[in-house]
Amino acid sequence: MKAFRVEVRVMPRATLLDPQGQAVEHALHALGFAEVTAVRIGKHLILEVTAPSKDDAAARARAMCDRLLANPVTEDYSVLVEAA
Amino acid sequence: MRRVAVVVFPGSNCDADTLHAARAAGCEAYFVWHRERDLRQADVAVLPGGFSYGDYLRSGAIARFSPVMAAVAEHARAGGQVLGICNGFQILCEAGLLPGALMRNAGLRFLSRPVWVRVEASDTPFTCLYERGEVLELPIAHGDGRYAADPQAAADLEARGQVVWRYVRDNPNGSTNDIAGICNAGRNVVGIMPHPERRIAPVLGGQDGARLFLSMEAGHATQHAVGVRAVGDRHPGV
Repeated sequence: MKAFRVEVRVMPRATLLDPQGQAVEHALHALGFAEVTAVRIGKHLILEVTAPSKDDAAARARAMCDRLLANPVTEDYSVLVEAA
Repeated sequence: MRRVAVVVFPGSNCDADTLHAARAAGCEAYFVWHRERDLRQADVAVLPGGFSYGDYLRSGAIARFSPVMAAVAEHARAGGQVLGICNGFQILCEAGLLPGALMRNAGLRFLSRPVWVRVEASDTPFTCLYERGEVLELPIAHGDGRYAADPQAAADLEARGQVVWRYVRDNPNGSTNDIAGICNAGRNVVGIMPHPERRIAPVLGGQDGARLFLSMEAGHATQHAVGVRAVGDRHPGV
Protein backbone atom coordinates (compact mmCIF):
# COMPACT_ATOMS: atom_id res chain seq x y z
CA MET A 1 0.00 0.00 0.00
CA LYS A 2 1.16 3.50 -0.79
CA ALA A 3 0.24 6.84 0.65
CA PHE A 4 -1.57 9.40 -1.47
CA ARG A 5 -2.80 12.89 -1.02
CA VAL A 6 -6.23 13.37 -2.55
CA GLU A 7 -7.58 16.82 -3.25
CA VAL A 8 -11.33 16.99 -3.78
CA ARG A 9 -12.92 20.09 -5.24
CA VAL A 10 -16.68 20.41 -4.76
CA MET A 11 -18.46 23.23 -6.59
CA PRO A 12 -22.09 24.29 -6.70
CA ARG A 13 -23.54 23.34 -10.07
CA ALA A 14 -23.10 26.20 -12.53
CA THR A 15 -26.84 26.48 -13.23
CA LEU A 16 -27.68 27.08 -9.56
CA LEU A 17 -27.64 30.38 -7.75
CA ASP A 18 -24.42 30.84 -5.75
CA PRO A 19 -25.24 33.70 -3.38
CA GLN A 20 -21.86 33.50 -1.64
CA GLY A 21 -20.04 33.90 -4.93
CA GLN A 22 -22.25 36.84 -5.85
CA ALA A 23 -21.65 38.56 -2.50
CA VAL A 24 -17.88 38.19 -2.88
CA GLU A 25 -18.05 39.44 -6.47
CA HIS A 26 -19.87 42.57 -5.27
CA ALA A 27 -17.31 43.08 -2.50
CA LEU A 28 -14.43 42.80 -4.99
CA HIS A 29 -16.10 45.37 -7.24
CA ALA A 30 -16.51 47.68 -4.24
CA LEU A 31 -12.75 47.36 -3.62
CA GLY A 32 -12.01 48.43 -7.18
CA PHE A 33 -11.40 45.02 -8.76
CA ALA A 34 -13.65 45.86 -11.67
CA GLU A 35 -12.10 43.16 -13.86
CA VAL A 36 -13.90 40.41 -11.91
CA THR A 37 -16.81 39.12 -13.98
CA ALA A 38 -17.83 36.09 -11.91
CA VAL A 39 -17.05 34.42 -8.59
CA ARG A 40 -18.16 30.99 -7.49
CA ILE A 41 -17.41 29.45 -4.13
CA GLY A 42 -17.06 25.77 -3.39
CA LYS A 43 -15.23 23.47 -1.00
CA HIS A 44 -11.73 22.07 -1.09
CA LEU A 45 -11.06 18.90 0.87
CA ILE A 46 -7.64 17.30 1.35
CA LEU A 47 -7.61 13.62 2.25
CA GLU A 48 -4.63 11.48 3.14
CA VAL A 49 -5.27 7.91 2.08
CA THR A 50 -3.51 4.64 1.47
CA ALA A 51 -4.22 2.56 -1.62
CA PRO A 52 -2.52 -0.06 -3.81
CA SER A 53 -2.23 2.41 -6.70
CA LYS A 54 -3.03 5.93 -7.77
CA ASP A 55 -5.98 4.68 -9.82
CA ASP A 56 -7.38 2.85 -6.83
CA ALA A 57 -7.03 5.95 -4.69
CA ALA A 58 -8.89 8.00 -7.30
CA ALA A 59 -11.66 5.42 -7.65
CA ARG A 60 -12.16 5.31 -3.88
CA ALA A 61 -12.18 9.09 -3.68
CA ARG A 62 -14.86 9.28 -6.37
CA ALA A 63 -16.92 6.75 -4.40
CA MET A 64 -16.53 8.98 -1.32
CA CYS A 65 -17.77 11.96 -3.33
CA ASP A 66 -20.74 10.05 -4.69
CA ARG A 67 -21.79 8.84 -1.25
CA LEU A 68 -20.99 11.77 1.03
CA LEU A 69 -18.64 14.53 0.00
CA ALA A 70 -20.79 16.01 -2.79
CA ASN A 71 -24.54 16.26 -3.20
CA PRO A 72 -25.35 14.88 -6.66
CA VAL A 73 -28.40 17.17 -6.90
CA THR A 74 -26.56 20.45 -6.45
CA GLU A 75 -22.81 19.95 -6.74
CA ASP A 76 -20.10 18.75 -9.12
CA TYR A 77 -16.73 17.49 -7.98
CA SER A 78 -13.27 16.78 -9.28
CA VAL A 79 -10.55 14.61 -7.77
CA LEU A 80 -6.79 15.10 -7.96
CA VAL A 81 -4.46 12.39 -6.61
CA GLU A 82 -0.75 12.82 -5.88
CA ALA A 83 1.78 10.57 -4.21
CA ALA A 84 2.15 11.73 -0.60
CA MET B 1 -53.55 6.66 19.54
CA ARG B 2 -50.76 6.66 17.00
CA ARG B 3 -47.18 5.88 17.92
CA VAL B 4 -44.86 8.72 16.90
CA ALA B 5 -41.08 8.27 17.05
CA VAL B 6 -39.26 11.60 17.32
CA VAL B 7 -35.69 10.92 16.24
CA VAL B 8 -33.00 12.76 18.18
CA PHE B 9 -29.68 13.47 16.46
CA PRO B 10 -26.70 15.13 18.09
CA GLY B 11 -27.57 18.76 17.46
CA SER B 12 -31.35 18.38 17.21
CA ASN B 13 -32.95 21.25 19.09
CA CYS B 14 -36.66 21.09 18.21
CA ASP B 15 -37.07 17.52 19.43
CA ALA B 16 -38.78 18.40 22.73
CA ASP B 17 -41.16 20.88 21.06
CA THR B 18 -42.05 18.29 18.43
CA LEU B 19 -42.65 15.59 21.04
CA HIS B 20 -44.87 18.01 22.96
CA ALA B 21 -46.83 18.97 19.84
CA ALA B 22 -47.45 15.31 18.96
CA ARG B 23 -48.56 14.52 22.52
CA ALA B 24 -50.80 17.59 22.62
CA ALA B 25 -52.50 16.22 19.50
CA GLY B 26 -53.16 12.95 21.29
CA CYS B 27 -50.33 10.86 19.87
CA GLU B 28 -48.21 8.46 21.89
CA ALA B 29 -44.88 10.13 21.17
CA TYR B 30 -41.43 9.09 22.32
CA PHE B 31 -37.80 9.86 21.52
CA VAL B 32 -35.57 7.54 19.52
CA TRP B 33 -31.82 8.25 19.77
CA HIS B 34 -30.09 8.32 16.41
CA ARG B 35 -27.88 5.34 17.27
CA GLU B 36 -30.90 3.09 17.75
CA ARG B 37 -31.83 0.83 14.85
CA ASP B 38 -35.46 0.24 15.74
CA LEU B 39 -38.37 2.69 15.63
CA ARG B 40 -40.28 0.54 18.15
CA GLN B 41 -43.42 -0.09 16.11
CA ALA B 42 -43.83 3.56 15.20
CA ASP B 43 -46.73 4.58 12.98
CA VAL B 44 -44.99 7.87 12.22
CA ALA B 45 -41.30 8.80 12.26
CA VAL B 46 -40.53 12.49 12.73
CA LEU B 47 -37.12 14.04 12.09
CA PRO B 48 -37.13 17.31 14.05
CA GLY B 49 -35.40 20.60 13.45
CA GLY B 50 -31.95 21.57 14.66
CA PHE B 51 -28.38 21.41 13.50
CA SER B 52 -27.49 17.74 13.37
CA TYR B 53 -23.72 17.28 13.36
CA GLY B 54 -23.31 21.03 13.34
CA ASP B 55 -24.49 21.17 9.72
CA TYR B 56 -20.92 20.15 8.83
CA LEU B 57 -20.23 19.43 5.16
CA ARG B 58 -23.89 20.10 4.24
CA SER B 59 -27.02 20.30 6.38
CA GLY B 60 -28.19 16.74 6.98
CA ALA B 61 -25.34 15.15 5.04
CA ILE B 62 -23.87 13.29 8.01
CA ALA B 63 -27.09 12.62 9.92
CA ARG B 64 -28.45 10.68 6.98
CA PHE B 65 -25.90 7.96 7.74
CA SER B 66 -26.91 7.64 11.39
CA PRO B 67 -27.89 4.06 12.26
CA VAL B 68 -31.54 5.03 12.80
CA MET B 69 -31.85 6.25 9.21
CA ALA B 70 -31.84 2.69 7.87
CA ALA B 71 -34.97 2.06 9.95
CA VAL B 72 -36.52 5.34 8.78
CA ALA B 73 -35.85 4.45 5.13
CA GLU B 74 -37.30 0.98 5.63
CA HIS B 75 -40.37 2.47 7.34
CA ALA B 76 -40.82 4.84 4.38
CA ARG B 77 -40.34 2.08 1.81
CA ALA B 78 -43.03 0.03 3.55
CA GLY B 79 -45.44 2.97 3.19
CA GLY B 80 -44.99 4.23 6.75
CA GLN B 81 -45.40 7.92 7.41
CA VAL B 82 -42.34 10.13 7.77
CA LEU B 83 -42.21 13.85 8.50
CA GLY B 84 -39.09 16.00 8.37
CA ILE B 85 -39.21 19.51 9.81
CA CYS B 86 -36.47 21.99 8.86
CA ASN B 87 -33.24 20.05 9.51
CA GLY B 88 -35.38 16.92 9.24
CA PHE B 89 -36.43 18.02 5.73
CA GLN B 90 -32.76 18.54 4.86
CA ILE B 91 -31.92 15.05 6.14
CA LEU B 92 -34.74 13.46 4.11
CA CYS B 93 -33.44 15.14 0.95
CA GLU B 94 -29.86 14.09 1.67
CA ALA B 95 -31.10 10.53 2.27
CA GLY B 96 -32.90 10.52 -1.08
CA LEU B 97 -36.28 9.94 0.58
CA LEU B 98 -37.42 13.26 -0.89
CA PRO B 99 -36.23 14.76 -4.18
CA GLY B 100 -34.11 17.91 -4.43
CA ALA B 101 -31.86 19.60 -1.89
CA LEU B 102 -31.83 22.56 0.48
CA MET B 103 -29.16 25.18 -0.10
CA ARG B 104 -27.95 28.37 1.53
CA ASN B 105 -30.61 31.10 1.73
CA ALA B 106 -30.36 33.41 -1.27
CA GLY B 107 -29.84 36.35 1.10
CA LEU B 108 -27.11 34.42 2.97
CA ARG B 109 -28.58 35.33 6.34
CA PHE B 110 -30.02 32.99 8.92
CA LEU B 111 -33.72 33.89 9.08
CA SER B 112 -35.84 33.56 12.21
CA ARG B 113 -39.24 35.12 11.67
CA PRO B 114 -42.83 34.30 10.72
CA VAL B 115 -43.67 33.52 7.12
CA TRP B 116 -46.91 32.68 5.34
CA VAL B 117 -47.44 29.45 3.49
CA ARG B 118 -50.38 28.22 1.45
CA VAL B 119 -51.49 24.61 1.83
CA GLU B 120 -51.23 23.21 -1.70
CA ALA B 121 -52.11 19.59 -0.94
CA SER B 122 -54.45 18.29 1.74
CA ASP B 123 -54.13 14.64 0.71
CA THR B 124 -51.06 13.85 2.78
CA PRO B 125 -51.02 12.26 6.24
CA PHE B 126 -49.85 15.58 7.67
CA THR B 127 -52.27 17.98 6.00
CA CYS B 128 -55.55 16.06 5.86
CA LEU B 129 -57.22 18.42 8.37
CA TYR B 130 -56.32 21.53 6.37
CA GLU B 131 -58.20 22.94 3.42
CA ARG B 132 -56.29 23.31 0.20
CA GLY B 133 -55.59 27.01 -0.35
CA GLU B 134 -55.53 27.91 3.35
CA VAL B 135 -52.79 30.36 4.28
CA LEU B 136 -50.92 29.62 7.50
CA GLU B 137 -48.57 31.77 9.53
CA LEU B 138 -45.62 29.67 10.68
CA PRO B 139 -42.13 30.62 11.85
CA ILE B 140 -38.97 29.77 9.98
CA ALA B 141 -35.53 29.46 11.56
CA HIS B 142 -33.01 28.38 8.98
CA GLY B 143 -29.88 29.32 7.07
CA ASP B 144 -30.16 26.59 4.45
CA GLY B 145 -33.79 26.74 3.36
CA ARG B 146 -33.58 27.37 -0.35
CA TYR B 147 -35.25 24.37 -1.93
CA ALA B 148 -33.41 23.50 -5.13
CA ALA B 149 -34.43 21.06 -7.83
CA ASP B 150 -33.51 21.01 -11.50
CA PRO B 151 -36.25 22.27 -13.85
CA GLN B 152 -37.39 18.78 -14.80
CA ALA B 153 -37.59 17.64 -11.17
CA ALA B 154 -39.49 20.79 -10.22
CA ALA B 155 -41.92 20.28 -13.11
CA ASP B 156 -42.47 16.69 -12.00
CA LEU B 157 -43.22 17.84 -8.45
CA GLU B 158 -45.79 20.31 -9.74
CA ALA B 159 -47.37 17.84 -12.18
CA ARG B 160 -47.79 15.21 -9.47
CA GLY B 161 -49.10 17.62 -6.87
CA GLN B 162 -46.12 17.00 -4.61
CA VAL B 163 -45.75 20.62 -3.51
CA VAL B 164 -47.50 20.57 -0.13
CA TRP B 165 -46.80 24.12 1.08
CA ARG B 166 -45.76 27.20 -0.86
CA TYR B 167 -44.54 30.55 0.48
CA VAL B 168 -46.95 33.39 -0.21
CA ARG B 169 -46.50 37.16 0.19
CA ASP B 170 -42.72 36.71 0.06
CA ASN B 171 -40.21 33.97 -0.60
CA PRO B 172 -37.77 34.23 2.31
CA ASN B 173 -34.93 32.10 0.95
CA GLY B 174 -35.16 32.02 -2.85
CA SER B 175 -36.56 28.51 -3.03
CA THR B 176 -37.56 27.08 -6.40
CA ASN B 177 -41.23 27.79 -7.22
CA ASP B 178 -41.64 29.29 -3.69
CA ILE B 179 -41.62 25.75 -2.32
CA ALA B 180 -41.83 25.50 1.49
CA GLY B 181 -42.60 21.79 1.74
CA ILE B 182 -43.05 18.72 -0.46
CA CYS B 183 -43.99 15.07 -0.34
CA ASN B 184 -42.67 12.02 -2.15
CA ALA B 185 -44.53 10.30 -4.99
CA GLY B 186 -46.14 7.91 -2.52
CA ARG B 187 -47.25 10.90 -0.40
CA ASN B 188 -46.19 9.17 2.83
CA VAL B 189 -42.92 11.12 3.24
CA VAL B 190 -43.28 14.87 3.80
CA GLY B 191 -40.76 17.65 4.45
CA ILE B 192 -41.43 21.22 5.56
CA MET B 193 -39.00 24.09 6.23
CA PRO B 194 -41.15 26.20 8.61
CA HIS B 195 -41.82 24.99 12.16
CA PRO B 196 -45.44 23.91 12.75
CA GLU B 197 -44.50 22.64 16.21
CA ARG B 198 -43.86 26.24 17.27
CA ARG B 199 -47.45 27.30 16.50
CA ILE B 200 -49.74 24.87 18.26
CA ALA B 201 -51.41 27.11 20.86
CA PRO B 202 -52.41 30.75 21.20
CA VAL B 203 -49.83 31.21 23.95
CA LEU B 204 -47.13 30.44 21.36
CA GLY B 205 -48.35 33.20 19.09
CA GLY B 206 -50.70 31.12 17.01
CA GLN B 207 -51.97 27.64 16.35
CA ASP B 208 -51.76 27.31 12.59
CA GLY B 209 -49.39 24.36 13.02
CA ALA B 210 -51.59 22.35 15.38
CA ARG B 211 -53.62 20.59 12.71
CA LEU B 212 -50.48 19.08 11.22
CA PHE B 213 -50.12 17.02 14.38
CA LEU B 214 -53.87 16.44 14.64
CA SER B 215 -53.74 15.21 11.03
CA MET B 216 -51.00 12.81 12.08
CA GLU B 217 -53.16 11.47 14.90
CA ALA B 218 -56.21 11.25 12.61
CA GLY B 219 -54.02 9.72 9.91
CA HIS B 220 -55.26 6.15 9.97
CA ALA B 221 -58.61 7.41 8.64
CA THR B 222 -56.98 8.73 5.46
CA GLN B 223 -54.22 6.18 5.09
CA HIS B 224 -56.23 3.96 2.78
CA ALA B 225 -57.25 6.79 0.47
CA VAL B 226 -53.67 8.02 0.23
CA GLY B 227 -52.46 4.50 -0.53
CA VAL B 228 -54.96 4.11 -3.35
CA ARG B 229 -53.99 7.42 -4.91
CA ALA B 230 -50.33 6.49 -4.90
CA VAL B 231 -50.81 3.29 -6.88
CA GLY B 232 -48.20 2.86 -9.57
CA ASP B 233 -46.07 5.69 -8.24
CA ARG B 234 -48.31 8.13 -10.08
CA HIS B 235 -50.48 10.80 -8.68
CA PRO B 236 -53.21 12.53 -10.65
CA GLY B 237 -52.56 15.85 -8.94
CA VAL B 238 -54.71 17.71 -6.47
